[in-house]
Amino acid sequence: MTLTLFLVQMLNGLQLGILLFLVAAGLTLVFGVMDVINLAHGVQYMLGAYLMVTATALTGSFWLGLPLALAAALVLGLLLERLVIRQLYGRDHLDQVLATFGIILFVSEAVRMVWGSAPLAIPMPEALSGSVRLMDGLNYPVYRLVLIGAGLGVAGLLYVLVTRTRAGMLLRAGATNAPMVSALGVDINALFARIFAFGAMLAAFAGAMAGPILSVEPGMGDNLLILAFVVIVIGGIGSMRGAFVGALLVGLIDTLGRSFLTDILKLVLSASAASAAGPALASMSVYVLMAAILFFRPRGLFPAPA
Amino acid sequence: MTRALLALAVFAALAAVPVFADTALLTLVARAMIFALAAVSLGFILGQGGLVSFGHAATMGIGAYAVGILMEEGVRDALVAFPVAMAAAGLFALVTGAISLRTRGVYFIMITLAFGQMAFFVTQSLSAYGGDDGLTLAARSTVAGARWLKDPKTFHYVVLGLLALTVLVCAMLARSPFGRVLAAGRDNERRLRALGVDPYAYRLVAYVIAGGFAGLAGALYANLTEFVSPAYLSWHRSAEFIVMVVAGGPLSALGPVLGALGVVLLEDGLAHLTEHWRIIFGPLLVLLVLARGGLKTLLGGRRDG
Repeated sequence: MTLTLFLVQMLNGLQLGILLFLVAAGLTLVFGVMDVINLAHGVQYMLGAYLMVTATALTGSFWLGLPLALAAALVLGLLLERLVIRQLYGRDHLDQVLATFGIILFVSEAVRMVWGSAPLAIPMPEALSGSVRLMDGLNYPVYRLVLIGAGLGVAGLLYVLVTRTRAGMLLRAGATNAPMVSALGVDINALFARIFAFGAMLAAFAGAMAGPILSVEPGMGDNLLILAFVVIVIGGIGSMRGAFVGALLVGLIDTLGRSFLTDILKLVLSASAASAAGPALASMSVYVLMAAILFFRPRGLFPAPA
Repeated sequence: MTRALLALAVFAALAAVPVFADTALLTLVARAMIFALAAVSLGFILGQGGLVSFGHAATMGIGAYAVGILMEEGVRDALVAFPVAMAAAGLFALVTGAISLRTRGVYFIMITLAFGQMAFFVTQSLSAYGGDDGLTLAARSTVAGARWLKDPKTFHYVVLGLLALTVLVCAMLARSPFGRVLAAGRDNERRLRALGVDPYAYRLVAYVIAGGFAGLAGALYANLTEFVSPAYLSWHRSAEFIVMVVAGGPLSALGPVLGALGVVLLEDGLAHLTEHWRIIFGPLLVLLVLARGGLKTLLGGRRDG
């Protein structure tokens, strides 16, 4: 294990963490403000990637395709909120889980019908396709660095939006006491619809940005959704700061576990036992982390005020 | 009284299936009954305890893998493999339940989901037992050395008998003092605690029992398909179990049976119509949820009343 390899994997972990944050942010926003548990958030991530496939193919450009895909995701989010999610406000979490699971089945199948089951690729934008030398012997792809930067930018923007603007103030007030905000003359349905669509767009942004480095396929949202749940459970449901810290933690532990756990186990186990146990333990590592954190803090690291 | 009659009618109908069914239909009905067994066990903790477990497929899959792995290692008899399957699933439920049950509500849903995924990934990395591709069983389990389970009709009645037993046990547990404490914890935890009862241990025991029965369902399912794979533990299947329980009405032991039969038969019917059957099933599910108030009163009735 060299220092260079370690640093590369740290960056990869950071990049996974950023993707997770973009997905978890929308998930926790919708849950925290609207009290809706939205399993379909994972397919919104997947949809973002597929919309990006079509938008880049249509426009022939990554930079024109991205806003187009995001706008389409926003519109679909608004549509979904109007058709289904709106009926679920104030209902049992079980109802929300089942209805959004129905949406998953529908959207996944629709995607298979429109784009087929075979994995697709989004071409890497020309300007970002090289790699950059960070230090001696450490080259890192530019695109991944841009992804990290864009994610951090969105995180900063979200922070300003939530803490410094009128919309953010309404949002925080809505999370604390929606009926009161409504009584003060704010159109709470319109506010909720916008928040939901915004969350859908964040997930789609993650999907669209992940497209050039991952393969775009129907099941791609599933694993990320479960990891995003782990993130917000660790961070505390409804807490944006928790989502950020949790996402980076999960991204780093998952990536570092997969790269180094087998080698570390070889120090104490035989080579064959280590190669057998390493991958299994690595895929369990984030869940072990979650269990450990919950054991001490059942409401996560940054519990949102009840 | 009417509910006992309904139960009798359902089981009589299931018992009559081998008289007219061909092998394909027998397989389909056996699949439905096995899923019903798992759904009944989930219905017990969900309906009686108010615990929405999203990792139920994992316990069923662990039961299936127990049978598959034992067979690979030369242990073929159901009298050994089935109890081991139940114990393995129960043990998983004990460990994960002990942690998950410290939380409530939506946290519980997500944590059981995460533990289910964890089991899913472990089976995926079992390279000695097929890994990603799954494991094909050499044959069905023997019963005390005899190859009874090979015959589809005998298998049908074995599954039916175990399903009836599960329904009976869950219904009896629900009426027992144990079940009443569970229900009290579901309805008003604060009041239960004021009486000096901590629901945690009761919930954990119920969770382990449900896991054990799901393990039994998994052992049967491995025998039906003569194959086990990580897909058996997928969170989609856990969600399907919840759909079965809710569709049938979670407040009686019979509800999940009807729900499971309905869902499996509906899926099979839709799959005959189009390979894209989920595009119809998904919206149906949404409609079911939006109309649920009505269905609940139709099939419900209070399990503990």
